[in-house]
Amino acid sequence: MCDTCGCNVTEGNRNLIETGGKHAKTSEGNEAVEVLQNLLHENNHRAAHNREHFDKHQVLAINLMSSPGSGKTALLEATIDALNTIRINTNDKLSIAVIEGDLETENDAQRIRDRNTPAIQITTGSACHLDAYMVHDALHELDLDNLDIIFIENVGNLVCPASFDLGHHLNVTLLSVTEGDDKPAKYPVMFRGSNLTLITKADLLPFLDDFDVSKAEKNIRNLANPAPVFQISARKSNDSSLEKQGINEWIEWLKQQIKQYKTHLKLGETVLPMIQKDHLHNSSHPHEH
Amino acid sequence: MHELSICQSIIEQVTEISRQNNARIVTKIYIQIGPLSGVEALLLEHAFPVASAGSIAQNAILEIQILPIKIHCNICGNENTADISKLICSACGAWQTSLISGDEMLLKSVELEKFEEKSNV
Repeated sequence: MCDTCGCNVTEGNRNLIETGGKHAKTSEGNEAVEVLQNLLHENNHRAAHNREHFDKHQVLAINLMSSPGSGKTALLEATIDALNTIRINTNDKLSIAVIEGDLETENDAQRIRDRNTPAIQITTGSACHLDAYMVHDALHELDLDNLDIIFIENVGNLVCPASFDLGHHLNVTLLSVTEGDDKPAKYPVMFRGSNLTLITKADLLPFLDDFDVSKAEKNIRNLANPAPVFQISARKSNDSSLEKQGINEWIEWLKQQIKQYKTHLKLGETVLPMIQKDHLHNSSHPHEH
Repeated sequence: MHELSICQSIIEQVTEISRQNNARIVTKIYIQIGPLSGVEALLLEHAFPVASAGSIAQNAILEIQILPIKIHCNICGNENTADISKLICSACGAWQTSLISGDEMLLKSVELEKFEEKSNV
């Protein structure tokens, strides 16, 4: 939801706007002021600014979200490796950078840098989510020229990150098989807004008797979410039959998203994450720096 | 506990509105939230005294209205209310629905006591 196009006027509050003016007196003689602004108005404004910045450099920004330990950094490592292989074999180059959000430590950023990929670590202290301000600060440390994708690895948490627009274009949510197939039903706000759900650690499925991929997918459909669900394994195995299951499908999806994103940019539009999909905006209105 | 961040954002917005309206204090803040916003009313109420301490809204009453989840079925056109984890059409059972209401997180209105009114008493 935003505050500029009227999309925050819903069936639930339409009567307020149609029946009353902006200012009125209360019975105590105080002034009542109608506002109808998103509670995260300032964050959303900054997020729009970030998105404009990404769009200017034609960089697709993806918000990676999941509970702690479901394999976000491992997915990024496997993604970098796969992109390197593609570059060597086909000369097809996709450049990425990573913004890492964690409560503490630089561990995750270091894992990405070890693969010669730029990574900015945001340590949030006790904050359970990234917000648009933190991402904005990190962007000042990144050279966006010649990049195709920025992955924003959010703080491991299936609740709070879902409420904050960072200025990204797509939400990708990871659900590892050890977490249980009912997670989408338990965390509907998060999974309703996913442009893609990755069932991670899928190589463990044969050892688990309580994770049914079709049930997980049904729970996502129950949230009226039509987005794809892929099984994936980023495992570094010597057994080539187990290795990197679903990575190719993931890379193909990324390439397709970049293509669609650039088509939108040519039309003067941007791409908004799933929950806001009904509200495509022209990205050309200016934001203050 | 992102409700504290949200409360801090509310205080920032309310402070700005008070400044624009030349208000002395904020007496009431009306909030609307839908269950699919990811904001918990109870946590918001608990966080509010912490976020508002020392601000112009320090003694304001926070009124939170929870809006229902309403969906429109893209298959049969039916409109009905739905459960937070089951946004499926109660008439035909389809999951291809659109949300009409239920993800709001809005600062609806504020009530202010103004400076000039006090000086006129």
